[in-house]
Amino acid sequence: MTARVGRAFVFGDGVNTDVMAPGLYFKEPMEVMARHCMAAIDPEFAATVRPGDIVVAGRNFGIGSAREQAPMALQHLGIGVILAESFGRIFYRNALNFGIPALVFPPASEIAAGDELRVDPVAGLVENLTGGRTYRVAGLPEHLMAMVAAGGLMPWLQQRIARGEI
Amino acid sequence: MSVTLAQKILARAAGRDVVVPGEIVTCNVDLALLLDSGGPRRIWPRLKELGVGVWDADRIVLCTDHFTPAVDAASAAILKLTREFAAEFGISRFYDMQGIGHVVLAEQGFLQPGMFACGGDSHSTNGGAFGCYMSGFGAIEMTGVVVTGEIWMPVPDTIRVNWSGDFTVGVAAKDIMLFLCRELGVENAGRAIEYGGNTVRSMPMNERVVLTNMAAELGAETGIVEPDATTLDAIRAAGQEPATDALDWRSDADAPYLSVHDYAAPALEPQVAAPHSPANSAPIGAFEHVSVDQAYIGACVGAKLSDLHMVADVLRGRTVARGTRLLIAPASNRVIAAATADGTLQVLTDAGAYLLPTGCGACAALGAGILAEDEVCISSTNRNFKGRMGALSAEVYLASPYTVAAAALAGRIADPREFLA
Repeated sequence: MTARVGRAFVFGDGVNTDVMAPGLYFKEPMEVMARHCMAAIDPEFAATVRPGDIVVAGRNFGIGSAREQAPMALQHLGIGVILAESFGRIFYRNALNFGIPALVFPPASEIAAGDELRVDPVAGLVENLTGGRTYRVAGLPEHLMAMVAAGGLMPWLQQRIARGEI
Repeated sequence: MSVTLAQKILARAAGRDVVVPGEIVTCNVDLALLLDSGGPRRIWPRLKELGVGVWDADRIVLCTDHFTPAVDAASAAILKLTREFAAEFGISRFYDMQGIGHVVLAEQGFLQPGMFACGGDSHSTNGGAFGCYMSGFGAIEMTGVVVTGEIWMPVPDTIRVNWSGDFTVGVAAKDIMLFLCRELGVENAGRAIEYGGNTVRSMPMNERVVLTNMAAELGAETGIVEPDATTLDAIRAAGQEPATDALDWRSDADAPYLSVHDYAAPALEPQVAAPHSPANSAPIGAFEHVSVDQAYIGACVGAKLSDLHMVADVLRGRTVARGTRLLIAPASNRVIAAATADGTLQVLTDAGAYLLPTGCGACAALGAGILAEDEVCISSTNRNFKGRMGALSAEVYLASPYTVAAAALAGRIADPREFLA
């Protein structure tokens, strides 16, 4: 798993999954749903985010509904890494299951919107290329490293089936 | 070594003698609950991609509730696909348009103390009221469960929450949970919430499930209540037989709780959570000036028979205020049948309530009763996130069925105790 470089989009505490994937658009295809991602708290987000950008958030990112469309919408918009002070439990699992590295990142408040970051999710190394600081946090959990490295749960299941483990 | 109930169940499911908080274990799944929302429509294409079927059709319970009844071509197609999935894989425990899955699962008596269960919806914690460990997951993870019958779990710390004494008039389990959302906060990943004390022991199952359902709002791994005679009676009343060891599934006397919280039910007032978080709660006095466009009784947490009884207690002989609408979406067909038989529905409609089909409805902006821009709703549901019930500028206040009914009568948030003398 290589390091990712991108611009930071910064969010506060308690961003819930209804905000990332509003129920009103559940029956729409993902390209429609993704246009409304975060609209309740940042109407410009979906239009301005670019592939490779990085979400930096406060506490309890992804609280609420189990809807997998929440990380899927972020992934559809090109978000490659999510850094948050802490995560809602189901969102965290969903994100890793889609192969999106999600790292617990306590110094999130030191990152400003637009800062260019370089993140190595395996080593837990976060470099703020704009601000010039480097942070060392816990990398991806050991028991999930192979699954995330494979690209997520689906490719991981494919590999396990091919090996005759399932 | 003394352990909590959550530890005992995960140890059993992982084939281990003992597990400790912080450990990651792989558990065998005893029961998987799939719903139309994150169920077949998201899982089936993945099974085709993998070229595999389900690990054990007899351990799957499938319900349609989020998109029922079909209101457009898209929801009709989702329901059709769900029915085809049940037929294709021989899911005999398929409940189509019978009510909200969490409620149907309880009505059918499929949950047993000591069981380890997974559901494809965050409010799957509801099932913990039966003394089992039940937790919610996304559809991608439920795909893994359906293929392998296994899932990785962090062994949680357990927080013990004791309530003692009787509620005063007009106070219910929902008020406990709105109080706990601000008291314990909504950031409890890695923790199980175990509820006890004589207030909880006195509760019927319909109220206990409110405590475990809204463990999801606390952000917890699960909520759980140790089984007792009430639990076993509910399983028998559903036509199932409790396991012989059912009452052995308890925390040890000196279990290592992360923390223990003791609260007095007689001191609890009706609670209201202001927009846009369940943690924005306060005693009702803080909100009595708020005008209400819509009062909504619905969802897994707030439209069971006991909830409709609370509403009827407040409405009986009175009329919903002009300019306010009261919408009621009962939680299941069985609830509708029972509320018809005992006269409750008559009380509701006499007061001017508008009855909606059973299902998840407006709670997540999927069914009838969603909100327009700038509208204010008071709701017996469990979430009031921005945009949750419709327009982004709509405001949702959460409260007990008593308090929602009182607001419908007054046209503003009102203390239900004024109507329950």
